[in-house]
Amino acid sequence: MRERLNAILEAHPYLAARPSADCRAFNCPPEHLIGLLTCLRDEHGFDFLTDVTAIDHQEARPRFEVLYHLFSTERHDYLRLATPCADDQQPACPSVTALWPTADWHEREAYDMFGIRFAGHPDLRRILMWDGYPYFPLRKEFPLAGLETPFPSEDLTEATGASVLPAPMLGGPFHSAQGGPMSAREPRAGDQSWTETRPRPAAAEGAPPGAA
Amino acid sequence: MTVKEVSIGDIGARGARADAEFAGDKMLINMGPSHPATHGVLRLRLELNGEIVTRCEPVVGYLHRGDEKIAENMTYNQFIPYTDRLDYIGPIHNNVTFVLAVEKLAGIEVPPRCQAIRVICCELARLQSHLLGCGVYGMDCGALTVFMYAFTEREKLYTLMEQLTGARFTTSYTRIGGLARDIPEGWLGNVLKVMDDLEPVIEEVDKLLSRNRIFWDRTVDIGVISRADAIGYGLTGPNLRASGVPMDLRKDTPYLGYEQYEFDVPIGANGDCYDRWLVRMEEMRQSIRIIRQAVERLPDGPWYAEDARKIFAPPKDKVMTRMEELIQNFMIVTEGPQIPAGEVYFEAENPKGALGFFIHSKGGGVPYRLKIRSPSFCNLSVLPKMVPGHLVPDLPVLLGSLDFVMGECDR
Repeated sequence: MRERLNAILEAHPYLAARPSADCRAFNCPPEHLIGLLTCLRDEHGFDFLTDVTAIDHQEARPRFEVLYHLFSTERHDYLRLATPCADDQQPACPSVTALWPTADWHEREAYDMFGIRFAGHPDLRRILMWDGYPYFPLRKEFPLAGLETPFPSEDLTEATGASVLPAPMLGGPFHSAQGGPMSAREPRAGDQSWTETRPRPAAAEGAPPGAA
Repeated sequence: MTVKEVSIGDIGARGARADAEFAGDKMLINMGPSHPATHGVLRLRLELNGEIVTRCEPVVGYLHRGDEKIAENMTYNQFIPYTDRLDYIGPIHNNVTFVLAVEKLAGIEVPPRCQAIRVICCELARLQSHLLGCGVYGMDCGALTVFMYAFTEREKLYTLMEQLTGARFTTSYTRIGGLARDIPEGWLGNVLKVMDDLEPVIEEVDKLLSRNRIFWDRTVDIGVISRADAIGYGLTGPNLRASGVPMDLRKDTPYLGYEQYEFDVPIGANGDCYDRWLVRMEEMRQSIRIIRQAVERLPDGPWYAEDARKIFAPPKDKVMTRMEELIQNFMIVTEGPQIPAGEVYFEAENPKGALGFFIHSKGGGVPYRLKIRSPSFCNLSVLPKMVPGHLVPDLPVLLGSLDFVMGECDR
């Protein structure tokens, strides 16, 4: 196995090893991606595209990376490939739908969540969020609670005058926000909806003492 | 050729298009998202030529909750209850798969007893999932009895889960580096008793349907997925094996000591709906076989990794009486288990297929990025390829044979 991967590395000198805690991983420049994946699929037996996903590195450049997990159904080993997206504002990456049809939905998801445009994808549109949703939710600047947006259906927005609201966070679901001192991260710390100082409702007449 | 779109179930559009006619050469109709045969909130946009489906476009995402975003904002242990809600048909397997991914990154090996308990949990989850999968599959083909038989047995599995975890459905049983608690006294005996009850029912279901002429007519040579398509579309689990690919991660990349257990991996020959049924039926028998072996050889010893000090919380009695353990417990609860920086991908053979977790960690108690590779999502992506050419009444059978869960597909 190790020899095989070293052979791949030698045959494709543009590859750089990528730190990994498990399987072998390489960084590949986007212009060589299709050629490399074709070679891995046809000559090295990595016939199964397990997953395509992306990472938003926020401050680091390049900001977006697309990751491919390959599996060999013959030899049962994994390989991870990462390719950077050149432009941080309009991230783009070549599509691998021509090699594996399963990439279709994975790439649509990466577009939906990160806004990465896959060049050559036959039908690149949102998959989990609705068409016309204005944000890319898995980008790091998108808040966990969400942002106010109109309903997917225009006539529903018109009839109700309502919109999709951010989730209530403090005192709501048990989500702790990242960063900051620990006492502030504890979700119930900021909950002021009930305190000892708030007056209790008067006991109903005839109710036993203590039953508020 | 004229194409007319008729929308059923879309409240907003219904009024506006009430006078749309059912005329034209081809008709577009919606199936779902609320339709009993779609097993959840799957929506199919179908183009029909008479009774024949000529195009099928699945619309997913109605159950999207943003689990991956949520995971980036909480500690690893806090995310375990969210994994219950992925494949909620066999929730405990998701717990196990998730903690195995984190443990792989942390380099923790849990003791043999913990592994064996997890194996029992995984196989019970597989039985839960396949009993539902086969039960409702029978119902989709009009065989209601099978559904009743399967659900009677499934109820007993839920009772086992309740005895083990305190919850029937949302188990949250595993922890990074161990389990929430050891198995209760007498539980293994109950497991064996349920297995003894289950086995004849599987045989009975097999007798009712597997050689049933009506069932054959509805499933044989329907929804054939070729071997190349199955691999190309990223199918995993019973759906892939029914197409003749002998890929089972329990055998291929053994985890939890699966290599110690004797079991067979059934594969199909034709990749049609009938093969998918047969594969699931046989997998249930194999799961019972694994559970019996695991119960018989369940080792004694610790049920959590004792050396994982910054990852697994110490026993409660020590937390309550000793300073060191109190601090350790406090840090794990508030800061999360301390996982090293790095990247890891782990997938396990879940009942529905290969459930994978990709974790990109920058160290500490919170993942920087967590990607869930959902088997149902990949399995559904084959629909546009598989459905065209079939009749509308075949659709419930095709969907039932894929056995997907939208909670996992949409995440």
